[in-house]
Amino acid sequence: MKYIILNIESWQIMITFNDVSKVYPNGTRGLNHINLTIHEGELVVIVGLSGAGKSTLLRSINRLIDISEGDIQINGQSITSASGAKLRRIRRGIGMIFQSFNLVKRSTVMRNVLSGRVGHHSTLRTVFGMFPKEDHELALDALARVNLQEKAYSRADQLSGGQQQRVSIARALAQQPQIILADEPVASLDPLTTRQVMDDLQRINQELQITTIINLHFIDLAREYATRIIGLRAGEIVFDGTPEEATDDVFSHIYGRPIHRDEVLGANAPGEDIVTVIPDASDSKVTSGEPL
Amino acid sequence: MNMMIEAPAAPKKYKKILTWLFFIVVLVLCSIQTEVTPYQLIRGLPQMGILLSEMFPPDWSYLPTIWKPMVETIQIALVGTMLGGLLAIPVSLLCAYNIVQSRLVSLPVRLILNLVRTIPDLLFAAIFVAIFGIGPFAGMLAILFFSFGLIAKLTFEAIEAIDPGPMEAMTAVGANKIQLIVFGVIPQALPYYMSYLLYAFEINVRAASVLGLVGAGGIGLLLDRSLGLFRYDRAAMIILLTLVIVLVIDYGSTVLRRKLL
Repeated sequence: MKYIILNIESWQIMITFNDVSKVYPNGTRGLNHINLTIHEGELVVIVGLSGAGKSTLLRSINRLIDISEGDIQINGQSITSASGAKLRRIRRGIGMIFQSFNLVKRSTVMRNVLSGRVGHHSTLRTVFGMFPKEDHELALDALARVNLQEKAYSRADQLSGGQQQRVSIARALAQQPQIILADEPVASLDPLTTRQVMDDLQRINQELQITTIINLHFIDLAREYATRIIGLRAGEIVFDGTPEEATDDVFSHIYGRPIHRDEVLGANAPGEDIVTVIPDASDSKVTSGEPL
Repeated sequence: MNMMIEAPAAPKKYKKILTWLFFIVVLVLCSIQTEVTPYQLIRGLPQMGILLSEMFPPDWSYLPTIWKPMVETIQIALVGTMLGGLLAIPVSLLCAYNIVQSRLVSLPVRLILNLVRTIPDLLFAAIFVAIFGIGPFAGMLAILFFSFGLIAKLTFEAIEAIDPGPMEAMTAVGANKIQLIVFGVIPQALPYYMSYLLYAFEINVRAASVLGLVGAGGIGLLLDRSLGLFRYDRAAMIILLTLVIVLVIDYGSTVLRRKLL
C-alpha cells in the first residue's frame, strides 16, 4: 500500500468540533467534550467499540443528531446554529452512506442517485422529477465511478447488497459533496464486496479530494485505507494518529481489551500474540490476491 | 443453578372454560334481549321460500332498462373513489406520526378522520340528498366521504410502517419536507395506497348499488321500486347483474393488486 505523503496542516480546514458533548435523554453520554479538526482530503477512519460514540460523532457532523453542547463548523459555517434553508444547504454538501444503504428499493437506481440532487433545485422542479440534463449526466458519471452505469435503469432491489451500497455512494457523489460520511458502510456486506466498497470510497477520496470519514469496526481495514485513525472510547477521543502509529497495542487501548477475531476482516492480520486468528478456507480464499 | 431455569407452569384449564362460558352467556343474553332467536328464523323460512320462488325466473326483458342506471352506479363509485382517494393523500400524510412530528397537527386530523369514519355511507347519502337534492351527485359525495375515510386510515397506517432509512437519507442530502415525502415516502407507500384505492372501489360498487334507496342515484332506485311493486323477478335481475359486475370488478382488482404488491 503506498501513501501519498501530504502536508496535511497546509490544507484547508473542513470540519471543526469545538468542545462538543452529546447527552441522550436517558442520560447516556454519547460524546464527551470532543475537540477535533479534520482537513480537506483526509480519509479518517473512526474506530471504537459499539456504543463508544462513533455513530453519534458521525451523525452530529450533518446534524442527523443534535449535539447538547459545543459547536461544529463545516467549512467555516456553524451547522449547530444553522436552521431551515441554511441547514439544508450545508447538508447538501455532505454525502452520507449508511450501513443499510437506505435506498428506495422500489425505485430505479437512476432515481435513487438523482435524489441526491434535490437540495440543488426548487421543490416544484424536483417534485415533478424535472432534473436538468446536467443532473442526468452527473448521475451517470457518479454511477460510472462505482462501475454501475449499466444498472442505471434497474430497480434498486434487483441489485446485490454490495451493488446497492455502491449506488448509495453514487447518490452521495451526485450531491457533489465536499464531505462524505460513511456509517459502518461495510457492516452488512461479505468480505469481497467489502473491499470493492472500500476501494471505491478510497478512490473517490483520492481522485476528487472529498474529505471522507468512515466508521469501521474492522481494524485491518482501518489501517489499510485510512490516512488518519481516530479511536473513540466512551465518547472520548483516546487515539488520533496515522495508521502506522495505530499498532495492536493502540487498538487494545482503544477497545479497553484485547482484539477479537471478528474485528479483523482477514488481510494484514495482526500479531498472533494478541489475536488468535484461526485461518480457515473461506477466509484465505477471499483475502488472498489483490482487490478487484 | 438449574433450579433457576424451571419451565413455566402450564396455564390453568379453568381459564379457557370460563372464557368460553362467558361468550356463550353474552350470546344468549343478547339473543333474548333483541328477540333474535333461531325460532324467528324457522318461522320466517316459508316466507323466504315464497320470495325466492317469485324471483325465478328473473325478468330478462328488464335488462335494457337497468343497464343505464347500472353504468351510472359504477360511475358514481368510480368518481367518488377517485376524489376520496385524492383527498386521502394529504390527510394520511398529516396523520402519520413519522411524517408530522407535531401531535398538535396529527391528533386533530386523526380526530376528524375518525369522525368521518363513524358515519355509515347510507347516512352520508341521506344527508347529502337532504342538502343537494335527489340524484347521483349526492351519491357520489357519500361515496367520496366513505372512501376518503377508509383509504386515509389504511394509508396512514401503511405510511407509519415504511422503512425510515430512505427518509433519513433524504434528510442527509438536504431535502426539505416535501422533497423528503416525494422521494422517501411516496415510492414506498404508493403500492399500498393503490391497493387500498382498488379495494375501496370494490366496496363502493356494492355500496353505490344501494344508495338509490335513499334517492342518491344509481341502480338502487330501481331496486327499491321493484321491491315496492312486488316485482321480485325484476329485483332478481338487478341482483344478478350487480353480482356479475361486482364479480368482474373484484377479479380485476384482485389481479391488479397482486401485481402491485
